[in-house]
Amino acid sequence: MASPQMVMYEEEFAQVQAVTNRLVQDANARVVFVIDKNGQLISASGDTGDLDTTSLASLTAGTIAATGGIAQLLREQEFATQYHEGVRQNVHIQVVSGRVILVVIFDNRTSLGLVRLRVKRATENLTRIFEMVMAKSQDPFQSSPFAEITDDDIDNLFND
Amino acid sequence: MSFINYLSREINCKIVYYGPGLCGKTTNLQYIYNRTNPDAKGKMISLATETERTLFFDFLPLEIGEIRGFKTRFHLYTVPGQVFYDASRKLILKGVDGVVFVADSQMLRSEANTESMDNLRTNLAEQGYNLDTIPYVIQYNKRDMPNISPTEELRQMLNTGDVPDFNAVATTGEGVFETLKSVAKLVLTELKRGAAR
Repeated sequence: MASPQMVMYEEEFAQVQAVTNRLVQDANARVVFVIDKNGQLISASGDTGDLDTTSLASLTAGTIAATGGIAQLLREQEFATQYHEGVRQNVHIQVVSGRVILVVIFDNRTSLGLVRLRVKRATENLTRIFEMVMAKSQDPFQSSPFAEITDDDIDNLFND
Repeated sequence: MSFINYLSREINCKIVYYGPGLCGKTTNLQYIYNRTNPDAKGKMISLATETERTLFFDFLPLEIGEIRGFKTRFHLYTVPGQVFYDASRKLILKGVDGVVFVADSQMLRSEANTESMDNLRTNLAEQGYNLDTIPYVIQYNKRDMPNISPTEELRQMLNTGDVPDFNAVATTGEGVFETLKSVAKLVLTELKRGAAR
């Protein structure tokens, strides 16, 4: 397997959620997401009500993958920070420890400077948490939900 | 790379539809999207050119049910088939859990099929995957077209690893869900095997 499976347990999930909740408040942001680089949404905080978070996650990962490709062509390391400016809303994207993506959506109630500042602190905290997540995911003594799944369970899923 | 979330009790996996240009990868996803219960699917996203050729990828999130209390979600992606979009294809293969190779059954496309399959093998290897060990199925699409190669010939040319394969007409849906179910099952079986190691 090329990249190890990521397993998110309750303890680390709560820690990630605490970081994103705090970032929404500290940066006065509308929404904050944490996304796996492969496009899976990990956590979301703020006003997510009418947002299609699954699509956002996939497209953001696509953007990061595409700019990563550009970086490689330029023999540059990853472009870890991106900023998209809109008429009413802006998006700040930060790659965290080369593994996950921190996305902040904000409007004119705050400023890019404040968002950048708060993202920096959140990035440090998330780096620490995801190091633990990956260490735990690779720990052979941690149980996986798949360990208990039988072939029958899988067959039953596909019975019409 | 699958993602398991214990708090929301979800398992997420990524499946990529690969194949030569105009073989019907997007049509597969469109048929799945149109025939799936609205509760079980998200929006289908197509990053396409003005002439509806896939530019970067199509994306369809799909929920297929629960296993032992875990919601099982598959994220389906297609790659752009045209030869010059190779850089994009490599990116989309990152973190893949299972692959569907959609072959175009028309005789004229036989070279395009083998070229695309060689490209799949190379690009997977660059990401550290091996086409001989990753969950993988083949679909022989466009069986309704004139001048098609016999399935047995396609099989000999493309299915050297004897993986599950299916005849299909993606525009009418023939073989579409059979292909998806087969690869999804292989992905879950592989995850189960990985957990037992």
